[in-house]
Amino acid sequence: MRAMTYRGPYKVRVEEKERPAIEHPNDAIVRVTLAAICGSDLHLYHGLMPDTRIGHTFGHEFIGVVDEVGSSVQNLQVGDRVMVPFNIFCGSCWYCARGLYSNCHNVNPNATAVGGIYGYSHTTGGYDGGQSQFVRVPFADVGPAKIPDWMSDEDAVLLTDAVPTGYFGAQLGDIVEGDVVVVFGAGPVGLVAARSAWLMGAGRVIIIDHLDYRLEKARTWAQAETFNFTEYDDIVLEMKKQTDYLGADVAIDAVGAEADGNLLQHVTTAKLKLQGGSPVALNWAIDSVRKGATISVVGAYGPLFSAVKFGDAMNKGLTLRMNQCPVKRQWPRLFEHVRNGYITPRELVTHRVPLDDIAEGYHIFSAKLDDCIKPLVIPNAA
Amino acid sequence: MTYTPHKPPIAESPDQLRARIPGWGVDRDPADRPSVPKLAFQEDLTGAHWEFPDRQPEKWPRERSIEHKFLTPVFGTAQPPKGLSGAIRRLSYARYSEGRAAHWLLLMLADRVDAVEEHLKSFATLHPDNPITETGIKAEFTHHGVSSRIGRRRTDLVHQPLDPVIVAGPWVAAAGAAVAGGRALVRSLVH
Repeated sequence: MRAMTYRGPYKVRVEEKERPAIEHPNDAIVRVTLAAICGSDLHLYHGLMPDTRIGHTFGHEFIGVVDEVGSSVQNLQVGDRVMVPFNIFCGSCWYCARGLYSNCHNVNPNATAVGGIYGYSHTTGGYDGGQSQFVRVPFADVGPAKIPDWMSDEDAVLLTDAVPTGYFGAQLGDIVEGDVVVVFGAGPVGLVAARSAWLMGAGRVIIIDHLDYRLEKARTWAQAETFNFTEYDDIVLEMKKQTDYLGADVAIDAVGAEADGNLLQHVTTAKLKLQGGSPVALNWAIDSVRKGATISVVGAYGPLFSAVKFGDAMNKGLTLRMNQCPVKRQWPRLFEHVRNGYITPRELVTHRVPLDDIAEGYHIFSAKLDDCIKPLVIPNAA
Repeated sequence: MTYTPHKPPIAESPDQLRARIPGWGVDRDPADRPSVPKLAFQEDLTGAHWEFPDRQPEKWPRERSIEHKFLTPVFGTAQPPKGLSGAIRRLSYARYSEGRAAHWLLLMLADRVDAVEEHLKSFATLHPDNPITETGIKAEFTHHGVSSRIGRRRTDLVHQPLDPVIVAGPWVAAAGAAVAGGRALVRSLVH
């Protein structure tokens, strides 16, 4: 089969690999029909995530058709059209039993601090991902769901990570009616977080980024106010001015490890790999909110330490909430929102890249060429 | 205002927001939010028909965090550790918990060693590494490389010139070392 493989920082290619095999009775093999490149894949692509091995196939956002099932699989059949959450989870450990599927303890031997994720290094379990023609899906009775007939493929693939993560990020903010919500990052997750904040009754939603084309999308798609931080000497001060010097009630960090806006933080993280993440957005969030506010972090950070302004967070009495999104827990309610048109995922897609051109796809997304917001990968392009 | 008891007013009323934004407020009640409360016992175990899953066969000594009591019942089998990078990875997993910086720094070191090992190995195959095609640099010419940057207030443009250094640096250094080594060898043979 054809599969994307990592060849070192900033380098990927397509190779012939062996089709994955059933390795556990509850495995399924899924023929991938559509995948996506996630902003967090760029952390791997840039060599930032520890234990990213040469030859690894990335891809934790994908949908497909069941091609083979293991002997204990009861809920899926060959030929089913399925969407697969980015989390690999068993359904029965202490965490899964309480709905924390992203923190499953039975699928990632490499680390206890993170659950299992498809195609996201050995730090999340060493599973090859879905930017490929076929993928092994463990716990087929637990993770995947049949795609509803009314749902389009592009909506479905975005519902495997980006959309639920943004929706989850807004929930972590504990938004109450009338809250001022500031979202850092106008990528797909930030855009969905902003739109979700409205669903939760926000009175004002602000998005901050440095890419004008993404801020334009934030205005038109998420109906948010926008600020390009490069236009301000101090974006934290601007947020104070915007809120009559109180500060926002909720901030959502939808940027994560490679945040820009502070050259030292960015270079020491993304280029020199001396921090687990460049906490520029997180520090701005800490300083932009009012005392007693809530900060939600859904941007991905690496496991090494980061230079976070923790003293300010403590002195301001902030509540910091964060996690990888437990995707399947979001689906029933999110499906309603998509069906009602409250969230329209496929409108975020800007690029559709054949698998054989995936090196160009990664470069376009990484270098932010061509007004790229969300690239999809087509494994079997004609 | 901030220095008095009441919150600064919001410009739009709930009715105005509801009229402008499809679905505004449909999840105002926390009971409608799927991740509230954080810990919510899932009676159906999300389809799991086991309390503890069957164990996947362990086909080689699978590296694992020493913070785990035992090897998890299911695990990935992609890219088993091998060579010097594999030895570093095994050491990192066997010796240091995730709480130790040494654990992660050794894994990062192994990643760089892995890249060198695999690049060298690729040259003995019909599919050697090609930093031109593998970086996707072609997209600069097909997807508006110049106009995506010029005239735009992009703060990342300051550090983007470092990217080619990261990619090409090790290749240039390796080529330099090879040339220097070759010269030294020639000199030693001549004299």
